[in-house]
Amino acid sequence: MHKPFLEASLLLWLNVIALPKVTILENAIETNELTKCFNGLVAVDKLTISVEQGEVFGLLGPNGAGKTTTISMLCTILRPTSGSARVNGFDVVKQATDVRKSIGIVFQDPSIDDRLTGRENLYMHANLYDVPPSEQKPRIDRVLKLVELDTRADDLMRTYSGGMRRRLEIARGLIHYPKVLFLDEPTIGLDPQTREHIWAYIEDLRKAHEVTIILTTHYMDEADRLSDRIAIMDYGKIVASDTPAKLKDTLEGDVISIKTKDADKLSSVLTGTAGILKINKVEDGLDLTVRGGKALLPRIVETAAKNGIFIESVSLREPNLADVFLHYTGRAIRAEGSDELHGMSAIRRRQIK
Amino acid sequence: MTEIRGLYTLWLREVKRYLRDRARIISSFVQPLLWLVIFGKGLSTFVTVHANLTYPQYIFPGIIGQTLLFTSMFMGISVIWDREFGFLKEIMVAPISQFSVFLGKMLGDSTDALIQGTMVFVLGALLETFLGISLSLSVFLQCLPIMILITFGLVSVGLTVASLIESLESFGVIQSFINLPLFFLSGAIIPLSGPGVPEWLQIVSRFDPLTYGVDALRTIIGGKAWKPLYPLYFNITVICIFDVAMILIGTLMFSRRK
Repeated sequence: MHKPFLEASLLLWLNVIALPKVTILENAIETNELTKCFNGLVAVDKLTISVEQGEVFGLLGPNGAGKTTTISMLCTILRPTSGSARVNGFDVVKQATDVRKSIGIVFQDPSIDDRLTGRENLYMHANLYDVPPSEQKPRIDRVLKLVELDTRADDLMRTYSGGMRRRLEIARGLIHYPKVLFLDEPTIGLDPQTREHIWAYIEDLRKAHEVTIILTTHYMDEADRLSDRIAIMDYGKIVASDTPAKLKDTLEGDVISIKTKDADKLSSVLTGTAGILKINKVEDGLDLTVRGGKALLPRIVETAAKNGIFIESVSLREPNLADVFLHYTGRAIRAEGSDELHGMSAIRRRQIK
Repeated sequence: MTEIRGLYTLWLREVKRYLRDRARIISSFVQPLLWLVIFGKGLSTFVTVHANLTYPQYIFPGIIGQTLLFTSMFMGISVIWDREFGFLKEIMVAPISQFSVFLGKMLGDSTDALIQGTMVFVLGALLETFLGISLSLSVFLQCLPIMILITFGLVSVGLTVASLIESLESFGVIQSFINLPLFFLSGAIIPLSGPGVPEWLQIVSRFDPLTYGVDALRTIIGGKAWKPLYPLYFNITVICIFDVAMILIGTLMFSRRK
């Protein structure tokens, strides 16, 4: 038998018969050293992440960490400076239109037309995303019901409250059945009750649609509650990535928060104490990562008293994601976020009833 | 089909927004009214710009051109507005081509501008005897294609400029650097050709696309009384070239990705 023939038949066997049986579940998002610079400033620095289908993936980090820039590249709004990314198997640079068809986006800033009604906004979206005309009405009715806006659908958007606008934006992002839904700071600037509401919708959404969700947030509780996996982002880089539970476990212990004015002095006398794993200086005292917190707490107070350090208050707790962030970056996450909207959207957000 | 439906939905949005803005529609009556009644009628006893045409007769086609120009440029604001309010992002990430995005917006804004232009006609018809002009449906129907062509180009200029401008405040710049020069140099309210007009002014006015639009409108509305600067086919050709160039430039400006 000729050698080329053997090769050809082997290839045929591999490609047509053997390989298709192995179903490879493609990742929803795959990036390889994705980088974006603005005038020499590195906003996203060689980001390599992968997100499985059906996952809720949280990008957590302070404002300016590069979360929105990352999302903008994945949504094909910004062109990467270097590196590559694939969304639903499509390259974000070479197959931008295919990427766009397969994703839904809820931007950080409001992006609805307030001179149109809720329903008109949804019809416009359906037309832009090529939803067949016969399917538009049933789909729109369904998403309106999902976000409980069916009774207000024919009112002008300008009469909607902030939370209602947000819900309509989430509804809009779903009309064309995206495989991946990007939620950029979905609850920024909203009151606690509305945030709770929107979280419940996002959780329902997961169950109702088989959709992968990429969530960016600078709220620890939000990331903790919604995400299957979290990547902590700081200065354009991923500093840690895992499930919320495992991230908290990496702290291997409890957190003791001490409120005192003599933080530096206390820090130096406590250094080296058995059981204290890490000492972080925070705004009004110290945060200690410790093993066996309950036993250690009285010793610490004793030591402080012996050295004449006045402790205003002390608390012991399980670690939360804020501690994880502090642990990895050495800085507390900045919590002020609602004031970070730019331009008109900032003005607008303030006007929202 | 995606492109056509996307285009249609963007067009529909612009028109709906316009028709819902009652204040804008009412105020759009006012400016041409002021020009025609106060400026046109007021100056008519002092100024003779043409042997066969009274001053109101002379400026009426010019005021149509001016309305189309100012409205078209103002429409550019809608892009800045959309950007400031975030809506532009929704359009920009939609899976339709940048050409369709630009065309949909351009056609929508043009429709609005043409409604304004038509209102000047209505106004002219209402004031026919007062201004001493004569209009008919047939004149309007002959003017309409030319108005459409002028509007496409001007709206494209407005959208192009708006996509270059960073904020709403700097849109005022357009008033000084585009609106007024194009208006004054078009011969809309003063003749810029013939004896007595400085040669440099005559030359500069040839670079104003509106010159050809106003001349074409005047040729139709003025009838035999008006001696055209250029033949009608020439005017239309120039405007068409201007349209194609501006639509291409506009699309390019719109599709810039950082």
